[in-house]
Amino acid sequence: MKSPPLGYVRAMDMPDVFRLRANAGPDARVLAGGQSLLPTLAFRLSDPGTLIDITRVDALRGIRLVADGALRVGALTTHAELGRDALVRVRVPVLADAVGLIAHPAIRNRGTIGGSLAYADPAAELPAVCVALDAVVIAVGPAGERRIAARDFLTGLFTTALAGDELIAAVEFRPMPGRRTVIHELARRSGDYAMAGIVLAAGPGTPTHDPRPVFFGVGDRPILATRAAACLAVGGAAALAAAQAALDGDLDPPSDQHGGPAFKRQLARVLLARAVNSLIDARDAR
Amino acid sequence: MSTSVDVTLSVNGERVARRVEARRHLVDFLRLDLGLTGTHTGCEHGVCGACTVRVDGVIVRGCLVLAASLDGATVETIEGLTESGEIADLQTAFVERNAAQCGFCTPAMLLTAADLLSAAARDGAVPSREAIREHIAGNYCRCTGYHAIVDAIETVATARAGKGRS
Ligand SMILES: Cc1cc2nc3c(=O)[nH]c(=O)nc-3n(C[C@H](O)[C@H](O)[C@H](O)COP(=O)(O)OP(=O)(O)OC[C@H]3O[C@@H](n4cnc5c(N)ncnc54)[C@H](O)[C@@H]3O)c2cc1C
Ligand code: FES
Ligand code: FES
Repeated sequence: MKSPPLGYVRAMDMPDVFRLRANAGPDARVLAGGQSLLPTLAFRLSDPGTLIDITRVDALRGIRLVADGALRVGALTTHAELGRDALVRVRVPVLADAVGLIAHPAIRNRGTIGGSLAYADPAAELPAVCVALDAVVIAVGPAGERRIAARDFLTGLFTTALAGDELIAAVEFRPMPGRRTVIHELARRSGDYAMAGIVLAAGPGTPTHDPRPVFFGVGDRPILATRAAACLAVGGAAALAAAQAALDGDLDPPSDQHGGPAFKRQLARVLLARAVNSLIDARDAR
Repeated sequence: MSTSVDVTLSVNGERVARRVEARRHLVDFLRLDLGLTGTHTGCEHGVCGACTVRVDGVIVRGCLVLAASLDGATVETIEGLTESGEIADLQTAFVERNAAQCGFCTPAMLLTAADLLSAAARDGAVPSREAIREHIAGNYCRCTGYHAIVDAIETVATARAGKGRS
């Protein structure tokens, strides 16, 4: 399967991106890692006319701490870079844990966090992590920067709050001392997109403190399960069972190639138990 | 907008300058423009791994990289790795363990295995069979059932670690 005929232009800095985009017209797409865009072209699911290669734009690179102690991860950070970065391991270790669940090494070497958020696959790991950690997406356009909470950024199936002339510049994770976050998923084969997954953040202190369970692969975007969260916060022996039951009200999973709503709900209940137990185990191990 | 792009890159140590169609992926570039047919295409959308090559020192899906984006890049293919002798022990082990049958997946499997082995050498560890399986999980083989491939990689990992110590 071959891509349709394409134009290709290479941007060297941000003004270049905006200029090339304005010239190329509304269908043009930016090319980051290409690990989602190029397959859709091979399937001829899209015909963008022109690709604007942004991978040489230095302003979109790098992982660093910014003024308020937040960790700023540049949009072009590859999954592989995220997985081995020392700052990430200390500040937001769940990002590195998530990388181990994304695709395969050869794909992780090219795919980027910005591309993952912009593509907004409902079964993708990083968007769910961003929602669970209340991360902020930094969008940049000709008019300047906008800061958008991850939960507002992901607006639906493969859709985001990004305007046509905007790019994702970076994602920021604010410091959350003492908070622990785990990620679990169920996939038929290692590296496949998940049938269902969960990111659970809680703490500081006990796993019942401000729990934030976010599910992926069971809706049109990452879903914060608020009813289940309220049950977990009550604590005690019956909390998990109550939270599992409450998921029926939180989730309304559509059928997909893996199975129907009842199947997805069962996976979500199993994942919630695994996530809660691994948070408790992590606490005991300290 | 241009549908053809000039690129200059290094392929297996040789400088190559070409004008490429923008939509041409790296494997078609290698096979059709350069005559390097050791790299294969199976699915051409990222799932089978048959197209694995090295770009700037790391393995990638050749079908998911545009040749046009590779100006200034360093590309290494199975031809280059064979010539340099870097994976001679791995190739011998594949033959001895019968880890290649039809051979369609083999060049990519060797590149992926070499990637794991060099990471293991950096960490000074011999990867477990589980770690080997995990690393090659994105490379499909329709013939061997993988067992012989895991055997071959494990053999070389153990042998290389032994050499490193002595
Ligand atoms: C076989 C296979 C398995 C995979 N499995 C998984 C998996 O299990 N989990 C998972 O999460 N992902 C998976 N992926 C997808 C992978 O993670 C992609 O890398 C990622 O989804 C997109 O990142 P990219 O940099 O490759 O983006 P591209 O493919 O370059 O772009 C994707 C889209 O985002 C836009 N875009 C890219 N960067 C920006 C930016 N900075 N600002 C605005 N728009 C932008 C592009 O225009 C395009 O529309 C898989 C891919 C393959 C081929
Ligand atoms: S041909 Fe590239 S992954 Fe199948
Ligand atoms: S040896 Fe035939 S596909 Fe692997």
